[in-house]
Amino acid sequence: MAAKKPGADLLPDREPLRFIDADGRPVKPGKSGGAAMPAPERLLDAHRALVVGRRFDRQATSLVKQGRLAVYPSAHGQEASEVGAILGLRDTDWIFPTYRDSVALVTRGIDPVEVLTLLRGDWHCGYDPVAHRTAPQCTPLATQAPHAVGVGHAARLKGEDTVVLAFLGDGATSEGDFHEAMNFAAVFKSPVIFFVQNNKYAISVPLARQTAAPSLAHKAVGYGMPGVSVDGNDVAAVMAAVTRAADRARKGKGPTLIEAHTYRIEAHTNADDATRYRADDEVAEWRRRDPVDRLTAYLREAGLLDDARAAAVAEEAERVAADLRDRIDDQRPPAPAELFAHVYAEPTAQLREQAALIAEEV
Amino acid sequence: MPATKSATKSAEKSAETSMAQALNAALADALAEDPRVVVFGEDVGPLGGVFRVTDGLTAKFGEDRCFDTPLAESGIVGLAVGMAMNGLRPVVEMQFDAFAYPAFEQIVSHVAKMRNRTRGTIGLPMVIRVPYGGGIGGVEHHCDSSEAYYAHTPGLTVVAPATVADAYALLREAIEHPDPVVFLEPKRLYWAKEEVRLPARGEPFGRAAVRRAGADATLIAYGPTVPVALAAAQEAVAEGWDLEVVDLRTLVPFDDATVTASVMKTGRAVVVSEAQGFAGVAAEIAARVGERCFHALEAPVRRVTGLDIPYPPPKLEHHHLPSVDRVLDAVADLQWEDA
Ligand SMILES: Cc1ncc(C[n+]2csc(CCOP(=O)(O)OP(=O)(O)O)c2C)c(N)n1
Ligand SMILES: [Mg+2]
Repeated sequence: MAAKKPGADLLPDREPLRFIDADGRPVKPGKSGGAAMPAPERLLDAHRALVVGRRFDRQATSLVKQGRLAVYPSAHGQEASEVGAILGLRDTDWIFPTYRDSVALVTRGIDPVEVLTLLRGDWHCGYDPVAHRTAPQCTPLATQAPHAVGVGHAARLKGEDTVVLAFLGDGATSEGDFHEAMNFAAVFKSPVIFFVQNNKYAISVPLARQTAAPSLAHKAVGYGMPGVSVDGNDVAAVMAAVTRAADRARKGKGPTLIEAHTYRIEAHTNADDATRYRADDEVAEWRRRDPVDRLTAYLREAGLLDDARAAAVAEEAERVAADLRDRIDDQRPPAPAELFAHVYAEPTAQLREQAALIAEEV
Repeated sequence: MPATKSATKSAEKSAETSMAQALNAALADALAEDPRVVVFGEDVGPLGGVFRVTDGLTAKFGEDRCFDTPLAESGIVGLAVGMAMNGLRPVVEMQFDAFAYPAFEQIVSHVAKMRNRTRGTIGLPMVIRVPYGGGIGGVEHHCDSSEAYYAHTPGLTVVAPATVADAYALLREAIEHPDPVVFLEPKRLYWAKEEVRLPARGEPFGRAAVRRAGADATLIAYGPTVPVALAAAQEAVAEGWDLEVVDLRTLVPFDDATVTASVMKTGRAVVVSEAQGFAGVAAEIAARVGERCFHALEAPVRRVTGLDIPYPPPKLEHHHLPSVDRVLDAVADLQWEDA
């Protein structure tokens, strides 16, 4: 028998990891590479987070239409990836999210009002990143990836078992910082998960314009880390893949690249017109693979979700949305004096002068 | 003749510690005193850096404390951001000024802004060391004066030592500083020697130093041009001018008080900076002096800077660098009554 080609063990499987198919039916246990279907109570947690996340996302989109948010990049259609990534980690692990990942932040337990501070335009980040172990949402694409490696490398030097997950989009994998971060993490065996949500577009540009690689997960091999392909609309598969990568990282075995195949149902943001670059039937096809409906159908069929629980979850989601509507307009941007407060630990003499000038104006 | 020559000559007499050695001592002392300090970059490990500033640190403190990274500047600075977020105090080396540009996005979008974005929750105590400036016969991409890019970026503290003692003291201060510091090391002063006793601690950031007291005009300089200004002041004595020389030490925070007090006293000012002049730090200083000292000024503030050209090839660089003669010409131009 011919020897395996070097790096073959790092390659993604031919089919993405999937436990539940688009119709909510359990998939025959195939090559799951050690990933295990999450236990029923974890699936019920995921269901709750999906329903709440979906409702939050719809509410945020409405708030933009009402002029109460400046902009909102929706994660509609990607909720299983958002939720699965968070539920696959421990609360003590760090995450480095992008602008796309508000649903992940809500899943982490961050106050939805604080999540939307950035998009309301009150400040650049509304929550305490240290308390939530959640970096500020990052807009310059892929630039948060090296930070994730830094937090992970520091954790390793300090003997902590923290794992760090960096969220990235498919488009962001073309950026130099994606490459640099992957390479650093692999060389340093950092406890990092590069979690790429391949939602098929970077604004208008389709994946084929980003890469000629067989898949994004294949890119891992060039760095010497495993590449994992997962159905990003199957929350069970995402949770399992993230947990497995986190376990591996915690054991000192280094980083993993996970490519979650999903789809952005909404336009890039409310300011974008997606009909200019993609066909309606493509969107319709992905609606059929809806991540929330899929898990709900599975849980119903498995007898894990009854009407009472479904109603309770729906009610909770409504409460979250109503509370967001109630409180979002109560937010006030900080007083102008705060513009000078955090540029340095101690404002310079020049900043104190400018602060005095602004104080006179207001 | 470039003033560095005479500066070097006078230093040779009392040759003790070079600036590179003082920086090395500052790193070693910081590593020894604070377990949170880590040093990394390209070739900083066993080699000790291309200028030997990290010489012996890996051997002494181990690979976890001083290590080589893959060759990628954005990755190096980005790694430092994350490590600082997680409680360490990274000190990174950019191999040369122009090779810090790949890290520019990290520096401008993250290093400078993290404290502000997070409303003070996350400060980044980290130092980016940049061997900078020309005058060493370096080929292209090895001689840039990049201070204006950093000084223009709110959130960065920008430091440029001009003496051996300050190199040590300012680097120690930078490593202890709660905010990110871009630490500009004038390459042509790496081998300048002084008799110093280390550890030497100096004035905090934001305090300029009057290196020579004088009554007739103020020369304002920083980093590599401080020895030029001092040499010019020395030669000016023969012309009957008593020049004061202010060494800024830190560009950000900027010490308006010392600069203003000096120019109010002398009534004349020349800013000496090696960087290309247009839209540069020297322009900012000239504007500030104009705004604050207008009624005391006997003449417009003059700038002696590099030319507005890409850094020249080694055989032509002497045309670019501010020389003692050019400084003296500018001083002569300051509308003296008897001229
Ligand atoms: C460095 C950088 N270049 C350009 C942009 C503008 N931009 C914002 S989002 C985006 C598309 C990103 O696509 P992808 O990484 O796939 O993430 P998605 O928006 O699909 O979640 C672009 C080009 C940016 N934010 N940062
Ligand atoms: Mg995308």
